[in-house]
Amino acid sequence: MSKPNLLHRRDVVKTLLASRGDAIAVGGLGASTNDITAAGDHARNLYLWGGMGGAAMIGLGLALAQPKLPVLVITGDGEMLMGMGSLATIGLQKPGNLSIAVLDNECYGETGGQMSHTASAADLVGVAKACGLSDSRAISTMAEVEAFAKSIQGVAAGPRFASVKIDAANLDRVLPTRDGVFILTRLRGDLGLGPI
Amino acid sequence: MHARADESTEQAACWPDDIFALLQRFDVRQVAYVPDAGHSQLIQRVLASSTMRGIPLTTEEEGVALLLGAWGGGQRGVLLMQSSGVGNCVNMLSLTQVFRFPFLTLVTMRGEWGEFNPWQVPMGSTTPGVFELAGIRVLRASHPQEVREVVEAAASQAYNALTPTAVLLSQRLIGAKVFVK
Repeated sequence: MSKPNLLHRRDVVKTLLASRGDAIAVGGLGASTNDITAAGDHARNLYLWGGMGGAAMIGLGLALAQPKLPVLVITGDGEMLMGMGSLATIGLQKPGNLSIAVLDNECYGETGGQMSHTASAADLVGVAKACGLSDSRAISTMAEVEAFAKSIQGVAAGPRFASVKIDAANLDRVLPTRDGVFILTRLRGDLGLGPI
Repeated sequence: MHARADESTEQAACWPDDIFALLQRFDVRQVAYVPDAGHSQLIQRVLASSTMRGIPLTTEEEGVALLLGAWGGGQRGVLLMQSSGVGNCVNMLSLTQVFRFPFLTLVTMRGEWGEFNPWQVPMGSTTPGVFELAGIRVLRASHPQEVREVVEAAASQAYNALTPTAVLLSQRLIGAKVFVK
């Protein structure tokens, strides 16, 4: 089942965020949000512990509200599959500052490793491209991850999409706070936005 | 007769403009929607506006997530949908409870007041209950002249008091569709 030369998710996310600058990062439900935490807690991280299928749309709302800031959604294949229609919504809005990276291990790792649709049928890169995200990449090397990480800083050239094939290892959980109000208030505060 | 709006059909063109003016006054910037005939006039106004962005969705739950992101980035949003879309939102409405962001949705009702289509009835009749169970306050407008004050109250409590709120725009207000012979 396991394929050779797959990338390691923590390395991928660490690289995606290493030179994030002012970027806002949204972590989809599941291991992706833990990977972002493992790369280092940050005021501009929006962690999700639920709302499966919503990560890309949260990214879109942020990207439209803050068009000068890079917004990077990092999520899993299962979470992206549940919100696949949002790729059509994003393709229509074409926010130049929004990037989506799917960590594709071809399975539902949090629930027992059941096979996902990307293992043998669904091609998320093709879906994203067909929805109007013309910069849509299938990534299989760390050099490509680095190039994608660099590209997210270009806030006029998106939206862009990448599917990164990763190994299906279940790693030790590195958990962020579960307090949504704290996460949102901290993010807004870092953007210079006050409480109501 | 029973299947039409009960009164003031000529005035029906006014209340969507009332809503548009209120959304402008509350500085709403992102207007997410799954189209509905009852919202068509408002959607046209939004798409023609220079301050608002109309965002068509493929399914209503996308709008809940979008509004969280909008607020995270400093903008207010609103979600326009029909009652049949409310069920599509249920799990995503969790975000309103966990993140406590301003959530306002304006819902055109089907499945009530002279409805001809049985397929609209199950979701239409459970819409208020679904919202209430999900922690969303429900207000209703059934007559053109009350739309302004109901939507204003809803917008005030949603944006000023972070009280997630749905306004149900009654089928009586909009007028029931009739496709039967």
